[in-house]
Amino acid sequence: MSDVSPAVVNRGIDTSLMQVSATEVAVEIIGMNKWFGDFHVLRDINLKVMKGERIVIAGPSGSGKSTLIRCINRLEEHQTGQVIVNGVELTSDLKRVDEVRREVGMVFQHFNLFPHLTILQNLTLAPIWVRGVPKAQAEETAMMYLERVRIPEQAAKFPGQLSGGQQQRVAIARSLCMNPRIMLFDEPTSALDPEMVKEVLEVMISLAEEGMTMLCVTHEMGFARQVANRVIFMDQGQIIEENEPEAFFSNPRHERTKLFLSQILH
Amino acid sequence: MTDIAFVRSEIAPAMPAPRRVTGILAWLQKNLFSSVTDSILTILAVLFLLWLLPNLYGFLIGRAVPPGGTVEQCRVENVGACWAYVASEIEFFIYGFYPMAEYWRPNIVFAMLALLGLPLLIPKFPFKIANAVLFFVVFPIASVILLSGGMFGLKYVPTEQWGGLLVTLIISVVGICTALPLGILLALGRQSKLPIIKTLCVCFIELIRAVPLITVLFMASIMLPLFMPQGMTVDKLLRALVGVTLFSSAYMAEVVRGGMQAIGRGQYEAASALGLGYWKRMGFVILPQALKHVIPGIVGNFISLFKDTSLVYIVGMKDLLEAVKTKNDAIEWAAPTQAISGYIFAAAVFWIFCFSISRYSRYWERRLNTGHKR
Repeated sequence: MSDVSPAVVNRGIDTSLMQVSATEVAVEIIGMNKWFGDFHVLRDINLKVMKGERIVIAGPSGSGKSTLIRCINRLEEHQTGQVIVNGVELTSDLKRVDEVRREVGMVFQHFNLFPHLTILQNLTLAPIWVRGVPKAQAEETAMMYLERVRIPEQAAKFPGQLSGGQQQRVAIARSLCMNPRIMLFDEPTSALDPEMVKEVLEVMISLAEEGMTMLCVTHEMGFARQVANRVIFMDQGQIIEENEPEAFFSNPRHERTKLFLSQILH
Repeated sequence: MTDIAFVRSEIAPAMPAPRRVTGILAWLQKNLFSSVTDSILTILAVLFLLWLLPNLYGFLIGRAVPPGGTVEQCRVENVGACWAYVASEIEFFIYGFYPMAEYWRPNIVFAMLALLGLPLLIPKFPFKIANAVLFFVVFPIASVILLSGGMFGLKYVPTEQWGGLLVTLIISVVGICTALPLGILLALGRQSKLPIIKTLCVCFIELIRAVPLITVLFMASIMLPLFMPQGMTVDKLLRALVGVTLFSSAYMAEVVRGGMQAIGRGQYEAASALGLGYWKRMGFVILPQALKHVIPGIVGNFISLFKDTSLVYIVGMKDLLEAVKTKNDAIEWAAPTQAISGYIFAAAVFWIFCFSISRYSRYWERRLNTGHKR
């Protein structure tokens, strides 16, 4: 189990609250396999994520990274093996699935805000209708998170009126309003203009600083270096390398990893 | 070759847009006489209108016999529309064979429809929930009691005697109010992952859509009694209502399904990831967007439903058109333009209702446009 001590690595961010639990398991995946039709997308995945870990999943496109994190909140079903999230095993039982989804936030590449609702309504929909929070309180919480992502003045607007970076920050705030224990990020900056990547990454970093358990599929290697405590490298549906970021970048063990890093790090 | 590259040394000022040429002459030039062909077509169209409009005016107003005229006036050579006939039979067109002494009962129903229905259609009007309860629960019950009677000292009026606009409105309002929810359920059922529900919905939709409405109504009026136990009958109006509603709900289902297919997978996923269950996902995220996309299709269905009500003569109901048709043969008003006047009246009533529905839907399309600004 990797446990990076903040004293050893200088990350340039506040690491005082970033603590990996030694006992509390957030996600446990055991011998999981998944097929799309006849295509074996995920092969014998074994992964244990402790509470407070920040994991970056990298790999070439089509390697199954997105599919893997989508199995954690069952947007994709796995066929064999076990996926246990916050102690609840995901099966076809819809009650359990909803139970897991309530505690797991997800941020998508294309934001997926609800275009017919205002920003504030986007943020309060799930707290009101899933958690049963009174409307006034849900709005208060929503405004708090909008201020955290620094766009409270956009609350009354519709998603279509915001820039990509603003929409993605709203999407993060929307997930946070459910007060999740785990956050999944599926290439959150890939659809953004280069100038807007930073504002989204800053929000994600501040989230990490607060000790959120995070699994990020991303190509932002700077983010991985700065925030992650583990980097996982996938190829052809398998986890082929897993290491602390420093070791991962400076001394990759697998040939495929070396090739990948040489392609993306110039 | 140093002139080719160009780097601005200071910010270019914003300039006002070029002046647009306006005025009647410019408009005419641009829209009516921009080329020789355009000019010829414009002149031809003007000539056609010059021939058509006086004729129309003469028939509808100039040479027409106004309400209150006599049948003799309608029988003169080259007479226009016989509005006197329409005016004298208007009560039959509205109420059918409903007893004259009881006209106040349908009148109250009409009034309730207007007083409860219109505020429901105006978004700014307050008390929407109370209004909806009144309209969808109290109003139908009160209407049935009022119209058919047989209790509270009201004289019993069998549905066979109901007719005219009354029947047209009953069938179309009930049809519109039930076909959409039913259509939505069918559309959801057709998209369902549960095989039995899916199969049932697909079979229902494909069966009904592949059969003409006339056949559905025939089946309802001829076949249905055969399956009923001896001596038990289903009211004619009810048969027509069920037939029309089921028929348009099948079409509605396909329109709604079309709207749902326009919604990206990301919306379903985002709603699921937030923990919203199936019904909340559909009700708050998918359907509001899907229905907005297909307002024109839904309204098209409403309009065709409204017009299709004239087919209920198949089961022996006298709707507006059938009432007009009946009186068009009335010997006491026999005149050259009697039938055409009746039909023009019926067409005008249908047009007013359908056009209102259409305009109202445009209003909603504009109103709901806010979400998709980009």
